[in-house]
Amino acid sequence: MAAIEILGLEKTYMVGFWRKRPKRALQPLHLTIEEGEIFGFLGPNGAGKTTTLKLLMGLVFPTAGTARILGREWNDPEVKAQIGFLPEQPYFYDYLTAHELLDYYGQLSGVPGKDRKRSIDQVLSRVGLTDVKGLQLRKFSKGMLQRVGIAQAILHDPKLLFFDEPMSGLDPLGRREVRDLMEQLKQEGKTVFFSTHILSDAEALCDRVAIIHKGELRGVGAVEDLTSAVQGKIEVVWQGTLIPASMKALGAECHISGDTVRAVLPEKQQDAAIDALRRERIRLIAVTPLRTSLETYFVEKLQHSQTTAGTLA
Amino acid sequence: MTARVVHIASNTFREAVRDRVLYNLIAFALLLSGAAILVGQISIDIERLVVVNLGLTAVSLFGVVIAIFIGIGLVSKEIEKRTLYTMLSRPVRRWEFIVGKFFGLAGTLVVNTFFMAIGVFGALLYVAHKLSRPDALILVALYFIVLEFLIICSLALLFSTFSSPLLSAVFAFSLFVIGSFADDLRSFAAMTHGFARWIVVGAAYIVPNFSALNVISAVAHQHPLNSQLVLQNTFYAIFYTAMALSGAVLIFERRNLK
Repeated sequence: MAAIEILGLEKTYMVGFWRKRPKRALQPLHLTIEEGEIFGFLGPNGAGKTTTLKLLMGLVFPTAGTARILGREWNDPEVKAQIGFLPEQPYFYDYLTAHELLDYYGQLSGVPGKDRKRSIDQVLSRVGLTDVKGLQLRKFSKGMLQRVGIAQAILHDPKLLFFDEPMSGLDPLGRREVRDLMEQLKQEGKTVFFSTHILSDAEALCDRVAIIHKGELRGVGAVEDLTSAVQGKIEVVWQGTLIPASMKALGAECHISGDTVRAVLPEKQQDAAIDALRRERIRLIAVTPLRTSLETYFVEKLQHSQTTAGTLA
Repeated sequence: MTARVVHIASNTFREAVRDRVLYNLIAFALLLSGAAILVGQISIDIERLVVVNLGLTAVSLFGVVIAIFIGIGLVSKEIEKRTLYTMLSRPVRRWEFIVGKFFGLAGTLVVNTFFMAIGVFGALLYVAHKLSRPDALILVALYFIVLEFLIICSLALLFSTFSSPLLSAVFAFSLFVIGSFADDLRSFAAMTHGFARWIVVGAAYIVPNFSALNVISAVAHQHPLNSQLVLQNTFYAIFYTAMALSGAVLIFERRNLK
């Protein structure tokens, strides 16, 4: 069963003093996210990622279209007991301690009293906030608030998680921990739908991604498919700073970086390149097919849309 | 009432307490003790009248100020700070949020009024040295003041669902002032004729009738109050509050949280 089915969801805001000027935030969106996958929703700032999440959470109402979450209509209150949501740059009641906030949210999510205390301790430990659970949230740093946000999203053991820019505000270690947590959640069978504009996170974590730009879906697919388009080239890496003339003769584009050389050359020259390096008694480190990175795919999609817009104009 | 309404109400009460709203009781206690000492020195035979008048008026004004200034931020502040996002992504209905917020603020005001009432009776005991049977009427006046708070809370909450805190404060305070002269407005409406009469009468009955809830002067002068007035005011306050809350729910149910 699909965890999320977005069926033509669309949002237009009326703007201006008299609210008569339409501004389309999201063009009709069709998307299906399967159970148990980590799905990345990518796009630059202002692309429509947060609008989509708000529509799915029932925070804003669609102009047209609908969505089904875990087999139920998006606005069915019962479905919300099975989902967790981390908003972008979350802010919480700062007069509460982390423990009190989670207790309150646990009550609202219907977690029974005896299970609640155990769940709170578990999630606080999981996000590394056990030591500061009695501290008021007004004394928390941005990164700590992000951790509280993740804790409240997973507190009631939901089947489906929506994270809006989950790595935002975190230091490199924190980002690594969140990535590990998301992988653990996947192993536990949860579905994770998260928005980000940090492509390396998406590439490392996601089974599938969708790219959205200016409210319009530009592409969807498995990360492997999008990044495995071998361009008929290979990358050869060897130790040293010497570039043999035979390598240049094969048409290799070489770059020296520290004490290694990276050369990009046509795939059909692979054997010849290896032979050339052996002849020169150079230590070969790696030979890998050159893949399109997610970043390249992302930039291509965005540039394509800009070109199309320019042509139409 | 669902359990979620109770949880939201308790959290709203906790917020008010932690934001030191109840600190107003200190100002109230200082005002009343100062007044009691002063009145004891300069008044002859009217100490009770002055203390009851001053005490109940202060209870009413302190409460109205709290009701307006907390009420206007109950929804708008949650939208502005985005605390609503994590709240409404749970199995919480929007009406539960509004009703919970209302009861939380109403609870804060009832607790506040309770402590102020102790202060009023304390000051009265200080100047009159004893409490007499007619002093029980002060409890009725306090009950009416609480009813007044319920109406103001619901109105402030209503304005908070669609307007900025500043405009909400202006609307709520204006209605409080106009409503305090509702009896005069109704008398004026009765004197008009023709089409204007319909409009003025309509307006006079739409604004909350706070003058009917104000029995401070009557209680200070120990005039009797009939039970019909208590019943009438109770039903009126419940009806008006329910209407304002329904309006707040209707607006909030359709609001996009951008």
